[in-house]
Amino acid sequence: MATYKSIRYNTPLSNGSSQVLLQKITASSDSTISFTSGIDSTYKEYLFIYVNLHPSADNKTFLFNVSADGGSNYNVTKTTTHFRAIHGEGGSPATVNYNTSDDIAQGTGFQNLYGGSGADNDQAICGEFHLFNPSDTTFVKHFYGVSQGAHSDNYSINNFVNGYANTTSAINAIQFKFASDNIDTGTISMYGIN
Amino acid sequence: MATYSSIAHNFTPPSATTSAQIGAGAMTLIKTVTASDSSDISFVHGTSDVVFDNTYKTYLFKFINLHLSSDTYLSLTGRDGGSDFDATKTSTYFRVEHKEDDSSTALTYKTNLDVAQATGETKLSGNTSDADDNAYSGELYVFNPSSTTFIKHYFGKINVISGADALEAGYFAGYFNHTAALDGIKINVGTGNIASGTIKMYGIA
Repeated sequence: MATYKSIRYNTPLSNGSSQVLLQKITASSDSTISFTSGIDSTYKEYLFIYVNLHPSADNKTFLFNVSADGGSNYNVTKTTTHFRAIHGEGGSPATVNYNTSDDIAQGTGFQNLYGGSGADNDQAICGEFHLFNPSDTTFVKHFYGVSQGAHSDNYSINNFVNGYANTTSAINAIQFKFASDNIDTGTISMYGIN
Repeated sequence: MATYSSIAHNFTPPSATTSAQIGAGAMTLIKTVTASDSSDISFVHGTSDVVFDNTYKTYLFKFINLHLSSDTYLSLTGRDGGSDFDATKTSTYFRVEHKEDDSSTALTYKTNLDVAQATGETKLSGNTSDADDNAYSGELYVFNPSSTTFIKHYFGKINVISGADALEAGYFAGYFNHTAALDGIKINVGTGNIASGTIKMYGIA
């Protein structure tokens, strides 16, 4: 006869929601924010929402990379696109353009998610980043991100990054950071999407 | 005999640094508004069960088949503490288009749809058709509206059919350029009304 001790859940409790908060990290002058657990086959899609990430100095680039070894190395090969819409508080510039200097073609470096973030007290960047089926060992791993922020030249910039991690190894960690700077404040939350 | 204390989970809960809501459903429906020849639709904290404060860091609005009564546009305004929807904004707008007859396509920045430090409306679309089968659908994210430190960022996208029988997919983004809390937003139309459709407001933990 079954006893109570054999009653178990085989999935994380989620209240039936399709979007489950897995981890939330609040920055406090951190050089990096990394998610090194919880990225596995439990979910087919992972969503990261970043809110008011503030660099400690002006004109810093917000970056990400992924890892196939649990966060020991963030150096997975990627091919990406990068474009953005820009509008200055003074009315110019006003444009949308593709940025060849900010995309990657089979490179292993960190990908630019937002360039030139302002560090005024009221400036920051916000956005979302989707990573699809990271544990798959058949397909490459697609991702896309949308960032919105205040540029150090007092521009509103809406930045779009799309791409894939060109590996059939499972991706199991991700890292976010500002180039050569700390993340003073802000939060990044990781969600699993059922 | 087994006791309740022996009931176990066979997984390790994910780690967390701050949130008490780890593992819980993260997206909460706050309010659904159904338009009925409405001149505008507003969401103001503390009004009609709307929560728009520090309860959530991110708010998501879904536009579902907003049908306008005339050939006009949708726009966005915000409230920075007073009763007027006159918060200062700087925004971007670009659009991809494709005509139904395949005669043209475009990817264009729209200088007539952005604003620079304006207190009036910022458009979410150009003028479109009020044809019976035409309506707006899309989404709008607003980040940390209650912050009194940072300006308030938002972005979104919206699909509609233009008067020239073209799909128009508009991508808008920007910031409410004030450090006072943003406690309300309003979706407006250029002329006429929002004849029908739904806007759903969610909080994301």
